[in-house]
Amino acid sequence: MSNIKEGQRELVKRLLEGEGYASPAQRLAAFNNSGLDDAVGQLVTKIVNRSFAITDDDVIAAKKAGLDEDRIFEMAVCAAVGQATRQQESALAALDAAMEDQHASPDSR
Amino acid sequence: MRLQILDNGHGFGTKALFGIIQVMSRQPVLDVVKLVRYRPDFYGKPMSNVTHEAMRGPSSWSVGDRELMAAFVAATNQCEFCTKAHTAVAQHAYGESLSVPSSFSDAELANLPQPLRATLLMLRKVTQQQALNADDMREVLAAGASRQQIEDALAVCFSFNVITRLADCFGFAVPGPKAFAAGAKYLISRGYT
Repeated sequence: MSNIKEGQRELVKRLLEGEGYASPAQRLAAFNNSGLDDAVGQLVTKIVNRSFAITDDDVIAAKKAGLDEDRIFEMAVCAAVGQATRQQESALAALDAAMEDQHASPDSR
Repeated sequence: MRLQILDNGHGFGTKALFGIIQVMSRQPVLDVVKLVRYRPDFYGKPMSNVTHEAMRGPSSWSVGDRELMAAFVAATNQCEFCTKAHTAVAQHAYGESLSVPSSFSDAELANLPQPLRATLLMLRKVTQQQALNADDMREVLAAGASRQQIEDALAVCFSFNVITRLADCFGFAVPGPKAFAAGAKYLISRGYT
């Protein structure tokens, strides 16, 4: 059985608490898709909800709003990891609920 | 790519490595490689550790199954680069034992064995809606998947819900089939680290 939990913890800790060009507060806001205004917030929300629709103009607008490329890189990574984390946590909670009344044999767990 | 730093912001050693890759493979360096090699301590290394464990760590899903899940999540997110890349890896891994669907239509999915099919449909829901309930999971369990298989599939889903978003955000170039074939050969032999 694969176990990515420890690796995920290290990834998130590095993204949110390690050194970076964007401040920890900016990276956390991107991770949570919360509290970001203007073009930067729009880019983060698009990464979370409709990444396939991102265009050159979205990235250019984030630059015009004051972000350099390293900050855009960091915040995009945080936004993507944050949304994927929420998706996984939601699914695991549903799995826990399903298992509560599941009388599975030990080797099926 | 949309960020110049990802195209040419790497250090001398990494650029030299890219040169070697180009010579050896006779293909351009894939943008995903450029991404994971840019400031690797921030994203590339920790994320590669997670992805390698999900895709090549111990699991009762085969490598082909997990690559198929990766391609399926990518297709659900409408990420052309990752869909083509991991369809190629999945087909390489399966060989002649299973034909990887070309479009992931419901009709094509119907031909896949259980519990793989039910697991893929669950991953689609996770990826599209982020709002699963216990009944969704009961369906997958009833199709024969174990709890551990579901957790392993969700690990794959996590990695590719990250990577596909970044591929589309940064505007990965989509190369031709030969470049994806070379990438597939590498990922089968070396994995993601």
